[in-house]
Amino acid sequence: MQARADYPERHPGYSSNLASAEYVSKIRDIGSRIAHKKGRRVKLMEVCGTHTVALARTGITEALSDVIELISGPGCPVCVTHQEDLNRMIGIGQMDDVIVATFGDLLRVPGYRTSLEKERAKGAFIHICYSPMEALEAAKSHSTAQVVFLGVGFETTAPAIAALVIQAKRERLDNLSVYSAVKVLPPALRALLGRGNTGLDGLILPGHVSTLIGKKAFDFLAWEYGIPSVVTGFGDVDLLLGLSTLLNLVNAGRSLTVNAYAHVAKESGNPEAMRMLSRCFEEGDTLWRGFGLIPGSGLELRAEYAAHDAKRRLGMPLQPVQSAEGHDHLCRCGDIIVGQMSPLDCSFFDNGCDPLSPMGPCMVSSEGACSAYYHYRDRRHSHNRGEVPQ
Amino acid sequence: MKNTPQEHDVILLSHGDGGLLTHQLLDGLFLPAFRNDILDEAGDSARFPLEAGKYAFSSDSFIVSPPFFPGGDIGKLAVCGTVNDLVVSGSRPLYLSASFIVAEGMPVSVLSEIVQSMSETARSVGVPVVTGDTKVVGGYNPRDIFINTTGIGRIHPECDFSTSRLQPLDSVIITGSIADHGAAILSSRLGLDTDESPKSDCAPLTFLLEVLSPYLGSIRFMRDPTRGGLATCLKELVRSGSLDILLVEDRIPVSGKVRAVTDILGVDPLYLPSEGRAVIVAEQGRESCILDALRQHPLSQGAEVIGHLEKGKGNVYLKTNLGGTRPLQMLVGNPLPRIC
Repeated sequence: MQARADYPERHPGYSSNLASAEYVSKIRDIGSRIAHKKGRRVKLMEVCGTHTVALARTGITEALSDVIELISGPGCPVCVTHQEDLNRMIGIGQMDDVIVATFGDLLRVPGYRTSLEKERAKGAFIHICYSPMEALEAAKSHSTAQVVFLGVGFETTAPAIAALVIQAKRERLDNLSVYSAVKVLPPALRALLGRGNTGLDGLILPGHVSTLIGKKAFDFLAWEYGIPSVVTGFGDVDLLLGLSTLLNLVNAGRSLTVNAYAHVAKESGNPEAMRMLSRCFEEGDTLWRGFGLIPGSGLELRAEYAAHDAKRRLGMPLQPVQSAEGHDHLCRCGDIIVGQMSPLDCSFFDNGCDPLSPMGPCMVSSEGACSAYYHYRDRRHSHNRGEVPQ
Repeated sequence: MKNTPQEHDVILLSHGDGGLLTHQLLDGLFLPAFRNDILDEAGDSARFPLEAGKYAFSSDSFIVSPPFFPGGDIGKLAVCGTVNDLVVSGSRPLYLSASFIVAEGMPVSVLSEIVQSMSETARSVGVPVVTGDTKVVGGYNPRDIFINTTGIGRIHPECDFSTSRLQPLDSVIITGSIADHGAAILSSRLGLDTDESPKSDCAPLTFLLEVLSPYLGSIRFMRDPTRGGLATCLKELVRSGSLDILLVEDRIPVSGKVRAVTDILGVDPLYLPSEGRAVIVAEQGRESCILDALRQHPLSQGAEVIGHLEKGKGNVYLKTNLGGTRPLQMLVGNPLPRIC
């Protein structure tokens, strides 16, 4: 489609409010100035998968793509779940007399030659939950089966999973357990930036996670790594405010962590939710797709909740061992998660890997970078990475 | 022995075996609810005369959980679904069939409520249910019911709705806010049924051909954006042709209640179904008259022009509120709430 100055006003019957569009244009100007100074596009990482989708869905990613390179980070909970954890989860679904309760996003993620969706078609009992508490109801109404909730997510989801475990213990629901693959974000950002040579000019930080752990949990980014970052929300105005704030920091060469979502995310987050979280979970080392083992980045159930810990009940070591086989090594989700490549750089993108036949979680999850690019990006207009704007 | 099923009874497998209990169900529930001369013949087929002309014939099956939701139920939906398919084909619905597959254990009172709702909806648009069938299946949740409706309608002589008639610059019109039905179902599943949650837009569209009668010749195509929502419906229109659709985001009506639910869940209203709306593609220049006509009727007072057609390659583009443009793809899989 050719961009047309008279679209849509030329056509009778509607008109568009272009106030926001003008703001995008101003952001573009700042981005353009920085890009000319640097001789390349500004490289920003949106850490959170919901930001990836929001930026693409609003057309911001596309509208700014010639001056700003937005790359996705390790903030899609399904995408960062390690293949070995996924294989284990699917294995649990294959067990007799087990009901797997899970968020829908995990259903179609490929494991080793199968997925929860395929196992469901073969007769596995997979219960899709909108909230972890639904697993409690499933356990009550299927008292002869073991209900295993697949705990995937970050700090945002963890309190609800903690509430489920605490309630299960309180009600002595012996047939309910949780497989925890819950992760915390800051250690992953340390792992990412600690590699050096990322070429990143700034980070867009997740608003939802920040409401829990607080903006100050990200202050280390500026102190330790000298990189500017901005906490922001997911609405149109939030996105624009966050982007312009971050670009101004980059332009001024200032390494700060700024909260542009202060009306929702507080400096210290939500202490009550964090208390509930630490009552149930303790930090552990855990495997991430793309990173491998990151110390202190996982949340494991405390010993007093062992009766509701699926790993302990099933005799699994807390950490899965990386096996030689077990996933398709062709999938490049791991490289995409750590910002080493764009979905558009993957030779399988829309060429053997698409939402109907995904090779990896980034194409399955609603927050995955590949899925966002597939659904929302006009792929014919993509820019080569590092291209200097004209 | 009782001759009719009582409200406190439950459906048994024997209710579907064609024997005495089946007849009790028929005489006690279905025939009184759907009463009309053709059905009362109680033959193996419905028999009726037809005038000369072109006819539309449509069939649809309905499986919805929960069977009762804010703004409607599976019975109303089953009638509206087929009636609306006939209407957007340019026809006036004449007759419906209704076949039920009911889970063993369903309370008769629940089945009765669904059947009454179907009956009221069908009568409200003057389309008799003239034949049907009932089967009972074991091993399902007693709340489960599957309904198939099939309908026949006579095509209006001035209606020639076809994608082959689409032209560049044609206007794309929606008859009201989108995604209300999908958002209502999602809210119900989440237990969010409050006065503040969205209500399904489930409604028969039989009024459309009446209010649009002066402009039927100017209408190229109509479709109801049900499964897959507005985005999928529009993508289907152009995907194999040489036209693109350009939509303008802030012209697409989405109610505040729907927006609240979709924002919370992280699902896109463009992909949630409507069950009482139509997408109309009309000749450029006629959109104002068509909008005026639509807005006279309570079920389409929220009608808007949301975009237009251009030469292209079968794509649908959305001009976003922020000035960007993004392509719209077809729905893949179910819209699922995000977890982060």
